[in-house]
Amino acid sequence: MAVMTFIESVRTTLAQEMRRDDSIVVLGEDVGKKGGVFLATDGLYDEFGGDRVLDTPLSESMIVGVSIGAAVAGLRPVPEIQFADFIFPAFNQILSEAARMRFRSNGAFTCPITLRAPYGGGVHGALYHSQSVEAFFAHIPGLKVVIPSTPYDARGLLRTSIRDNDPVLFFEHKKMYRSVRGDVPDDDYTIPIGQAKVTREGTDVTLIAYGLMAQYSLEAAELLASDGVSAEVVDVRTLRPLDGETLLASVRKTGKAVVVYEDNRFGGYGAEIAAIVAEEAFESLDGPIVRVTGPDVPGVPYNHVLEDWFMPNPERIAEAARRLAAY
Amino acid sequence: MATTKPAPAAKSETPADPTTLGADVGLTKDDLLEMYRLMAVARAVDERMWILNRADKIPFVISGQGHEGAQVGLAYALKKGHDWMVPYYRSVASLITFGMSPREIMLAQFARGVDPSSGGRQMPGHYGIIERNILSVSSPVATQLLHATGIAWASKLKKTDVVTITYIGEGSSNQGDFHEGLNFAGVHNLPVIYVVENNGYAISVPMALQSAVADIAIRGAGYNMPGVIIDGIDVLACYRAGREAIDRARRGEGPTLIEAKVTRLTAHSSDDQQTKYRTAEDLESGKDRDPLPVFRDQLRAAGMLDDETEANMVAEARKVVEDATDWAEAQADPDPATAQRHVYADLPPARMDDPLWTGVRFIGDGGPWGVLRDSGGEG
Repeated sequence: MAVMTFIESVRTTLAQEMRRDDSIVVLGEDVGKKGGVFLATDGLYDEFGGDRVLDTPLSESMIVGVSIGAAVAGLRPVPEIQFADFIFPAFNQILSEAARMRFRSNGAFTCPITLRAPYGGGVHGALYHSQSVEAFFAHIPGLKVVIPSTPYDARGLLRTSIRDNDPVLFFEHKKMYRSVRGDVPDDDYTIPIGQAKVTREGTDVTLIAYGLMAQYSLEAAELLASDGVSAEVVDVRTLRPLDGETLLASVRKTGKAVVVYEDNRFGGYGAEIAAIVAEEAFESLDGPIVRVTGPDVPGVPYNHVLEDWFMPNPERIAEAARRLAAY
Repeated sequence: MATTKPAPAAKSETPADPTTLGADVGLTKDDLLEMYRLMAVARAVDERMWILNRADKIPFVISGQGHEGAQVGLAYALKKGHDWMVPYYRSVASLITFGMSPREIMLAQFARGVDPSSGGRQMPGHYGIIERNILSVSSPVATQLLHATGIAWASKLKKTDVVTITYIGEGSSNQGDFHEGLNFAGVHNLPVIYVVENNGYAISVPMALQSAVADIAIRGAGYNMPGVIIDGIDVLACYRAGREAIDRARRGEGPTLIEAKVTRLTAHSSDDQQTKYRTAEDLESGKDRDPLPVFRDQLRAAGMLDDETEANMVAEARKVVEDATDWAEAQADPDPATAQRHVYADLPPARMDDPLWTGVRFIGDGGPWGVLRDSGGEG
């Protein structure tokens, strides 16, 4: 058992998987000698060489499209998009090609790709280095979307994603890279895709979140506890497929749901969770479903005052939950 | 060293002794007759598609009439079952040359359940058969060019001598994926051949409005790869260019961009009326650039194709098409119960029959969530 940061967990897991399976290749912008702009692939080039850890041209559509072809030919690519904000030139390749390859070929062709991308705000990244993009991709059948919130989950879920036979989008909140530390066992554990986790038990209100917001929800639960409000926290962990059973069980118990996501409010991923809770747990609800989200502006602004205004935080989550608990 | 300017299309030379036609590129009389047969079968299959469409038996046709000379010539030197082909929607003759059967082509037209390309899920023209190393393609154009590049990259990493060939129209050569793919292949000297079948029209938009340069092949220079122009009615020149590119790729010497100047003898698709944007003269002159009669005349001049052989070939092509059409039409439509399959490898299909999705289920009826967690994968 080692204590490590989130990014150390990602990096060491990539290395372990590449040692285990020669068909795994890492490709992306600056992932080679530089080790990635966040150092998520640091050391891989020295250990595995330039063939398996490839610095690509600055061409996101190519990074994904070439990964699709390489996957068809038997490799297991783990491409990196440098920032989730820059994934959109590859959107057509992800939506029209990777997600549909299995379905459109009636199961003949598969696309085992794990596409990693750092996302999220709170790091002074402004409009184009802060976005949450998960809603675009969680909408697409054929894709799996994974967002871990701890170093432990990052390892277990990254392993599972790389070994999975479908395309997986693996989003890592960049603010957590060095700010979140945790225990990571040495053994070859995996975490199934499609399982949410109750990260704190409570009785009065359920906080449902993923990524950095799952961390913030735990902090909010701590604040709520000092006010005598018992909050349960469900970390969604995998957005698609979604483990509805776990989050519905929690809402049926507490009767109150706060859905937290950093993305813009309108049409964000949490809206789907709210719809599912409304459809499936209506009779258990003791209050309206509440969303705590980023505001509906086109991006996260740069100036720290404006960025703080944008970002959901533990206090904001706690305040919403406090009001709902009193409803 | 890459050429900076593509040479004008090289003509295959008529040998002094016409009976040695093809010998200079290593082709025997049997090869030439086989190439002509492939062209004739492809044309016959293609013509039948349009008849089926006019007879209201299939709702959509997109085809390759006029492209057959380039397609057969370029693909003839590939190794079936070893190399990879990443086609596009006009690739009927390329695919038949690479081993796809007329029955398999016709199954796609009728969208039958046993259609190996997609089980009836895709429109006709979206071919792909994993057992034949033919990759499934979509409708957004030029995306497949990156997949071919990826297969070629894998071939290089695995140190195999597999060659990948992919095809697009000249219209698609204006997509960003064209640039991104050729650039990556140029950087890594990948064993891949990019064929641009230039028929002068992107649906209705003429070449002059599509491209700032008259020859797409010239763009090869920007990616440090040869850009070769071939005349699509000169089957032997197409074969020579294809073989040289294939050999070059197999030797590890890198990618080639080939532009085949062809004519589109039909409308873009069965939903297009090309007289709206092409003049009568343009359409008439296209008929002079039909590769089938041109190649036939060459073979006859060489004494390789006599009346009897030609009659047999025509009869055989007709028989093959009759068989493929009747057989494919007789196959069953896909079962709607299978439409949910193959979304994910290891998850049960979406429960589209669950009342949740149709809005008629209410609280207490039970939800899909236990299913997601508990049932095994159906694939």
